Amino acid sequence: MRPEWQTIIAILLMTLATYATRVGGLWLASRLPLSGRVEAWLGYIPGAILVSLVAPVVVSGGLVEALAALAVVAVALKTGNLLASMLTGVGAVLILRTVIG
Amino acid sequence: MPEKTGRTENRPANDTVTFTLNGALRGARMCAPIAASGFAIGLVFGVLARQAGLGAGEATLMSALVFAGAAQFVVMGLWASPVPVATVVLATLIVNLRHLLMGAALAPYFTGLSRLKAYGSAFFMADENWALAMGEFGKGRQDAAFLIGGGLIMCASWTTSTLIGGSLGNAISDPARWGLDFAFTAVFLALLCGMWRGRRDLLPWIVAAAVAVAAERWLPGQWYILLGGLAGSLAGVARRAA
Repeated sequence: MRPEWQTIIAILLMTLATYATRVGGLWLASRLPLSGRVEAWLGYIPGAILVSLVAPVVVSGGLVEALAALAVVAVALKTGNLLASMLTGVGAVLILRTVIG
Repeated sequence: MPEKTGRTENRPANDTVTFTLNGALRGARMCAPIAASGFAIGLVFGVLARQAGLGAGEATLMSALVFAGAAQFVVMGLWASPVPVATVVLATLIVNLRHLLMGAALAPYFTGLSRLKAYGSAFFMADENWALAMGEFGKGRQDAAFLIGGGLIMCASWTTSTLIGGSLGNAISDPARWGLDFAFTAVFLALLCGMWRGRRDLLPWIVAAAVAVAAERWLPGQWYILLGGLAGSLAGVARRAA
């Protein structure tokens, strides 16, 4: 298939838009005076983002996702091992979907 | 909680932040399992892109340059001929707005580094390597090259799998059948376990969860990540100030 110019332009503009979001926060926050409050806010962001990424999957996903999430948390707390936790989650979902449907 | 899961004490000390090859290699190693799961998703993206009317080369170019899975999937749903360029770019921007917040959280660790290192690393910031990097930094292993190391291996996997998926064009089964769709959720959950800093995180996490679940249910697209992240982090600061 021959590349079409609209497609290439769309891809380049998508690249620009995405890169703007990737550097924008870093650029702005680098210019904020790092007061105690700003620093505390930045410190709360990672946990809040991760909770936001997983909560809808776990809460709205159904029994399979909820049980698999419990298994992942148990392995993560017990071993602290990221790979083991990931494999547990994938394995649990695979088995539970077969069993529960 | 056992000590080995670590503590996230947000105490960025710029003078202790390094940027070494070893840090990049550690990032690549730790992100490798995630890159492997991403490979399966990239195959599916390649197939979808072909069905939406992109050539394999165009789809591969998009994966290499845009390197943002969620946005790329959303855009494939909007793709048409001629390409609705404005719609596609706006959708990309909206889906990726969460990056603003993620980049802000990186700032304390990257401000002491050169612009090339900081803004070059940011090009490869995705949800997963960012989350792992924040976990590392929080445990005191403050080598900022971790982010780009993880990002490079993920981008390589994402781009290669898009090319393969786009070239095969079909016969790729649904990753959900193999439980692979849950791989990222599992990684995020495991990282969260290590990020718990004690009771002060309880309120922000509850607020983030409640807002994200509600937003995911009632708003279109990916607004729930940004809104949950904003609401949760602001709740943390508000409680601290009160």
